[in-house]
Formats: sequence, structure tokens, C-alpha cells
Amino acid sequence: MTDKQKNEHEKDIDHVTGVETTGHEWDGLKELNNPLPRWWVWVFIVCIVWSIWYFVIYPAWPVPGGATEGTGGYTQYKELAESQAEITARQEAYLERFEDASFQDILKDPELYAFASAGGAAAFKDNCATCHGTGGAGAKGYPNLNDDDWLWGGTLEDIHQTLEYGVRANNLDTRISQMPAFGKDGLLKREEINAVVDYVLSLSGGKTDGHEAQGAEIFKMQCASCHGADGKGLQEFGAPNLTDKIWLYGGDRQTIFETVYYARAGMMPAWGTRLDENTIKQLTIYLHELGGGE
Amino acid sequence: MSWMNHDKLEKNSILLLGFIIVTVLIGGIVEIVPLFRMETVIEPVEGVRPYTPLELAGSNIYIREGCYNCHSQQVRPLRDEVVRYGHYSLAAESMYDHPFQWGSKRTGPDLARVGGKYSDDWHVAHMKEPRDLVPESIMPSYEFMLHRGADLGSLKQHMKALKTVGVPYTDEMIEWAEKDAAVQATGEARTDTGGLVERYGENVNARDFDGQPHMISEMDALIAYLQVLGTMVDFEAASAVEGGAQ
Repeated sequence: MTDKQKNEHEKDIDHVTGVETTGHEWDGLKELNNPLPRWWVWVFIVCIVWSIWYFVIYPAWPVPGGATEGTGGYTQYKELAESQAEITARQEAYLERFEDASFQDILKDPELYAFASAGGAAAFKDNCATCHGTGGAGAKGYPNLNDDDWLWGGTLEDIHQTLEYGVRANNLDTRISQMPAFGKDGLLKREEINAVVDYVLSLSGGKTDGHEAQGAEIFKMQCASCHGADGKGLQEFGAPNLTDKIWLYGGDRQTIFETVYYARAGMMPAWGTRLDENTIKQLTIYLHELGGGE
Repeated sequence: MSWMNHDKLEKNSILLLGFIIVTVLIGGIVEIVPLFRMETVIEPVEGVRPYTPLELAGSNIYIREGCYNCHSQQVRPLRDEVVRYGHYSLAAESMYDHPFQWGSKRTGPDLARVGGKYSDDWHVAHMKEPRDLVPESIMPSYEFMLHRGADLGSLKQHMKALKTVGVPYTDEMIEWAEKDAAVQATGEARTDTGGLVERYGENVNARDFDGQPHMISEMDALIAYLQVLGTMVDFEAASAVEGGAQ
């Protein structure tokens, strides 16, 4: 009978600790066969019991046609709705009045105004700042919203319309206009464009090459219908004022030449499909006050 | 207690192997069997269609460039995410994605609903040099995409492969893949988009995305892909599904 076979029948007790060993021996060392710690066993058992409770209360088991729904009626949809309701409840003091109030009412009511500008500022950072800049200072092709210059109008109604439907966006009510590409489409010759650029530069007191008289003639024929005879622009067409020194794409000769040659058509998405009406209203107030609203 | 005599199990490797197999099988069956019936785990929603060939080319570029390392495409049903990104993602919205782009590890923002949020010009300028528009951005520049032609030749093969895993591309769609991609990157003003619209629906964006009418660049494909993300579902129809689930 070998040692191993003997150990299967007799318990081998370690003399020092009084604990049973596994019966294996390595160079005179034996491994104690302690039972699992009681606390560990209890945690294990509690986990099993807890998981049964969890299976009953929450959606858990996959079954044909879906999964068990759980007696607690929990769904992520509900949890979201509850956490949203919490915010709505907190805003309730303002929301109801805000929804019904006209823009003028909001501007007159300090509480509603604070509600609108705080909400508008937050929505601006999430949605608008990527193009118009964190502070609304804009970038090349994206208007500065801090100044008094408005492409499509700076009244509360105009701003609201622009936000709701966008500019050259994908809906029927969007603001739309198209400047002709005078050079690319062959409407004007290169020299003629240069003359117009001279005239446009002269409108805001810029340095010219001296052809503004010829440019003025062409401007009257080709540009005045949208930008106005005086070059002050027409918000109806989103045609910018050319007499101020505010430039959307740049006011140097080269950039203005490109603008006339290739035309520009900036695009702003419609936010009506993405943001709720209250948020758009808040943004309208915020933007109106950010720049010099009309 | 006799049931705790695990040494019998531990000293008999064949018996141990048998029990391991049983345990793994139970876990596997519970996880895998429900997926044999996909329709039971994806709530059907109106409007989701397979990507057009051009969008698919964009999706391939998205994966090739590892955009998913920084951007997830999954708006979770949490209040803050819904406020920031829009309606939470539905399973049906990524049912034709192979692989899907879910995740919660975001170095950049989630892109599940980026479609229509920015103009094409914005995307081009941003891809060229992200810091021109977002000064604090750490995204690399992808300007090279403007100068590389999109790989339209392999689209048929991609679509065939996707068809075998369940994306409902028709033979006609596969046949016209290359042409449809070219038409979508050109737009209504300069070509006839009738066939494309017939195959992929009214809402397909067809235009010159990258501002380079003379070529169909990788930028065209990528922007076409980005501009469709999260825009397919009609959420009024979706809310009916949610009502049913509650």
C-alpha cells in the first residue's frame, strides 16, 4: 500500500496546528486543508440569494419573445422619464409662464429673462459654439453674434425664425438666397470683378486700386438689387451690409475677389427639429441680448 | 457536509472537465440563444435603411481611421446625454452596422446624432484643422482625405459581404453601387438622382459634400456618412414602440 492510497482512508493531521492536511508532501512540507473562511461562505450564499431577488424584481431572464419583465416594472425609459420630470418640476415655476409669454413679456420680467438667458447660454455652448465660438465671436464663414450686424435680421422674431428653420437648410421654410458666382459662371470678366472689388473696398474706406468709378457702375447693375444701391445690404435676402467693416469671409482684396468670383452660400442647420420650442425661445432671448438685438 | 466534498471533483480531471463544460454551456446558452431570434431583441422602427454605397464607403473610412477610439455612437437613456445629444439611440438604428459603433468611452463627443447638426463646410473645415473651429480640440487633422479618391471599386464586394450577414441590400443596389456613390457625391443640380432616391428613399442627402466638384474624395464619403447618422428614424413612430414596451 502506497502512502497516497493510505491517505484516502486515513486523515492526516498536522501536529502543530491540529488541522487536517491535503496529504501531499513536498520535501517534508505538507499543505494544510483549512476550510473556507465562514464569512466568505456567507457572502457567497447571500450573493446567491440576492441574485434570486434581483431576477424577480428586474428584467432578467431571456425567454422566447423577449425577456422576463420583473415585478418592479423597471425600464430605462421610465428611469429617464423620471429624471427628466425632476428637472421639469424644478423649472415649473418659470416654465408655464415662459411658454405663454411673448418675447416682450420675457424681456420685461426679470425672472423669466434670467431663466431665458441662463438656459440659452447653456444651449448655446452645446449646440452653437462649435461654429460661432464659445463666446459667439464667430469664425471665417460663421457670423460674429456679439456685434450689431445682422445678416437675416436681428429682431426677436427674425432670430427665432433663423434658429427654427436655419439658413439654406433642409426644409421648406428655411432662409434661402443664392449669390451668383460672377466669375465662375462667366457673368463678369476678371477686370470687371477687380473693379467691383475696388468699389466694395471703397464703401468701407479701404485701400483701392482706383477703379471704383467703373466698379460703381457694375455694382449698380449687378449687385444693388440684393446689397442695396447704397451697399448697406438687405436682410430679406441675407445680403450683408458692405459699408461697415464687418466681414464674414474676410475684407482683404484677395478674399473679396474670391467671394465675388465663386460666390458664398453659408449654411446653418435648422434647430426646430433638434431642440424643443422652449430651448429655441431661450436661445432667441440669449442671442438678442448677446449682440445688439434690433 | 457531503455535498462540499469537492475533492472528488478536483481529483478526477475527466469529471472536472465534464462539469466545466456543463457550466460554460449554461452561460453560453443563456447569452446566445436569444440572439438566434434577433427580432425579439430589436424593437422595429420605421425609417432605418442600409447605408447608401457612398455612406458605406464613409463608414469604412471611419473604421479605418479609428474614429471609434475617441467617438462613440450611442446616446444612452440618461438625462444629461439626451439633453446634449438628442433622443437616446435605439437598437434598430445600428442594426445594419457591422461592426456597431456603440460605446461610452468618449474623448470626443458622441456622434450618434451628428447628422445635420453641422454644415458640410463646417465638416470640411473641421476635418482640415479642428482647432480653427474648436480651439480646445485635440483631434488630429484629416486634410489628406480631401486629396484621396474614395474607394468606390470595392463597394460591391462590401455590400455583398454585408448582405450575407443580413443587411437587406438588393441585387439591384449592389449592381448600381459605384454609380449610386458617384451620383450621391454629385447631387441633384448636376446629375439625375432618380435611381438613388428610388433605391434608398426620399431623404438621401445627395450633393457635393466636400466642395470639390471635380472629384469624389474620401472626404465626400466620410461627410455623407456623418450627415446621415441618427437622422433615419421617425421618432413619432419610435415613441409608439416605447409606449408598447412600458
